[in-house]
Amino acid sequence: MPYTAATVQLLSREGTLVTSDASAEYLPLIEALSDEELQEFHRQMVVIRRIDVEAANLQRQGQLALWIPSLGQEAAQVGSAFAARPHDHVFPAYREHVVARIRGIDTIKIIAMLRGLSHGGWDPKNNNNFHLYTLVIGSQTLHATGYAMGIRLDGLMGTGNPSADEAVIVYFGDGASSQGDVSEALVFAASYQTPQVFFLQNNHWAISVPVQRQSRTPLYLRGGGFGIPSVQIDGNDILASYAVTRSNLDSARSGDGPRFIEALTYRMGAHTTSDDPTKYRDAAELEFWRNADPISRYETFLRGRGASDAFFAEVVAQGEDLAADIRKRTLELGVPEASSMFTNVYSEPHPLMVEQQSWLERYETSFDVLAGGRPDGEHA
Amino acid sequence: MSVESLSMAKAINLGLRQALLDDPKVLLMGEDIGPLGGVFRVTEGLQAEFGENRVLDTPLAESGIIGTAIGLAMRGYRPVCEIQFDGFIFPGFDQITSQLAKLTNRHEGSLTMPVVIRVPYGGHIGAVEHHQESPEAYFAHTAGLRSVTPSSPHDAYWMIQEAIASNDPVMFFEPKSRYWPKGDVDDSESGFPLHSSRVVREGSEVTLVGYGPMINVLLQAAEIAAAEGTSIEVIDLRSLSPIDYGPVMASVQKTGRAVVAQEAPGFVSIGSEVAATITERAFYSLESPVLRVAGFDTPFPPAKLETVYLPDVDRVLEAVDRALAY
Repeated sequence: MPYTAATVQLLSREGTLVTSDASAEYLPLIEALSDEELQEFHRQMVVIRRIDVEAANLQRQGQLALWIPSLGQEAAQVGSAFAARPHDHVFPAYREHVVARIRGIDTIKIIAMLRGLSHGGWDPKNNNNFHLYTLVIGSQTLHATGYAMGIRLDGLMGTGNPSADEAVIVYFGDGASSQGDVSEALVFAASYQTPQVFFLQNNHWAISVPVQRQSRTPLYLRGGGFGIPSVQIDGNDILASYAVTRSNLDSARSGDGPRFIEALTYRMGAHTTSDDPTKYRDAAELEFWRNADPISRYETFLRGRGASDAFFAEVVAQGEDLAADIRKRTLELGVPEASSMFTNVYSEPHPLMVEQQSWLERYETSFDVLAGGRPDGEHA
Repeated sequence: MSVESLSMAKAINLGLRQALLDDPKVLLMGEDIGPLGGVFRVTEGLQAEFGENRVLDTPLAESGIIGTAIGLAMRGYRPVCEIQFDGFIFPGFDQITSQLAKLTNRHEGSLTMPVVIRVPYGGHIGAVEHHQESPEAYFAHTAGLRSVTPSSPHDAYWMIQEAIASNDPVMFFEPKSRYWPKGDVDDSESGFPLHSSRVVREGSEVTLVGYGPMINVLLQAAEIAAAEGTSIEVIDLRSLSPIDYGPVMASVQKTGRAVVAQEAPGFVSIGSEVAATITERAFYSLESPVLRVAGFDTPFPPAKLETVYLPDVDRVLEAVDRALAY
């Protein structure tokens, strides 16, 4: 789906600020940012793109079962991630590696998951409220909505104190927009007027199925149908992603109810390393979006503000260092204890877990000939 | 109240009320549970007493109810969801089995999921399709869930409070056919562990194992058998996951014969699991194969056929006779 007249854009493809009626509302939020903050946006985009390459290589070398590239979606993710406040809660889908990074999740935890060592496992409470990935498409939109209902029940929105008020941002995609759970989340959010932002990254492809199969209408119009104020942004414009998300989270936090943002972006890589996009999409489309790359236009913008060659070189070097570090630590990851299968299935004791864990230990021990073990549990 | 004769619907209502009083984080959620009090009136009066922020009439969307309950539990609440009828749980099946059941595991123990899902289930109410089913096996099969079902008002009063106090998700199956008969509820004792089966009638020749709506049928069967000179022990599982096998094995070692009964279809069911476990653990005590009495492996039929479909006293006694014939 092409940009429309309604698409909010603050940074043109040429890297210049867009002044328009639509952008006027948001530009003050950009003007409030320091050069350091603006440069941090760039750093995060560049670094995650480099990590993306390294992780895909690790998969090709047999070190990961899977990698999920985010190539092309860096602006949508980095901008919106910086828009959230520290006490907000972030519910990702499964491609938001840089959002995770910005919230303090060590990328090695995502690597470990995709190496087959965990199902995620981090505790959002100790990781700046960044919740676990959810692989069943769209399920997390309901969890986010329930969480936001809880904020409302706690009275922690619209108090007039922005440092106390909380909001939720939930990421999902164009494919998820067809899932019933997403519609139900929008119904509940509208009904209970939750403090949350639905952040839809329309990357145009749900594996091999184009967005046109998911919707005959621009997806942001769906939000309006549920009674939720909605906006479409150029998702490859990091300034729009930041400012519009910031503004919408502020509205949600202040008690004005939920908001819906559709970020038009493009999945320039494969869905995952198991995918082969050459089978279903043509090179011209990719070329169109390559010319709308989120990083190059932002680099132009920063250079126009006086960012130095040294800064850009330093960011590239940091990406190289992080990639090398990820590779090193990936190869050092161990394998979890077999007993870990049983330990957190329930939070309170459960006889089947006790029996089966104990049986497995006896069984494993029975192979230890020197110990004289026997599988019937009579091992002394 | 100390000992009072109450219907199970009222007993659950009082149990929910007590839970709402005991813990401000307990919430009730569901369709029509507010002013109407639920289609079975189990939540009657609770929204009026506790307000709309404790007793939430939700939009009509089961996945939405379960999915948002998960989010509320992440926030520290203890939601109790009412699913209106057994057959309506399946729109929420994905959120229950892929999310609710697995989130503690996915978080490696740092997150608990204290969510209760109340499910009116079973037949004998003459209702239309999707309103008389027994879906408990699907949930007992799912790791991460606990599943329980009371058979009496007293047990229901205590078990609903135990379920709400659990930090794990609990499927709470309420036998619709037992909502209205009254029984003594004693709120003066301290209850009992949620996952404990119990002997509800002692006997010496055959063990009948059941749960929920079948217990009343099994007790009737035991009464008739006693009049004919056969001594039957009846065990109420009360908990379907995990199953407390202590009383079951003790009984089978005594009687040497077991019949397992349920309304649900028999293929790949609670009854199958119990029969297999008895055979594994008490093989040398058995005088006959463990037999199952169950609903047929068909869709639940139109209501005028339900008494043919559902196991009754005669089908239970027919199985008892077969067991005794070995």
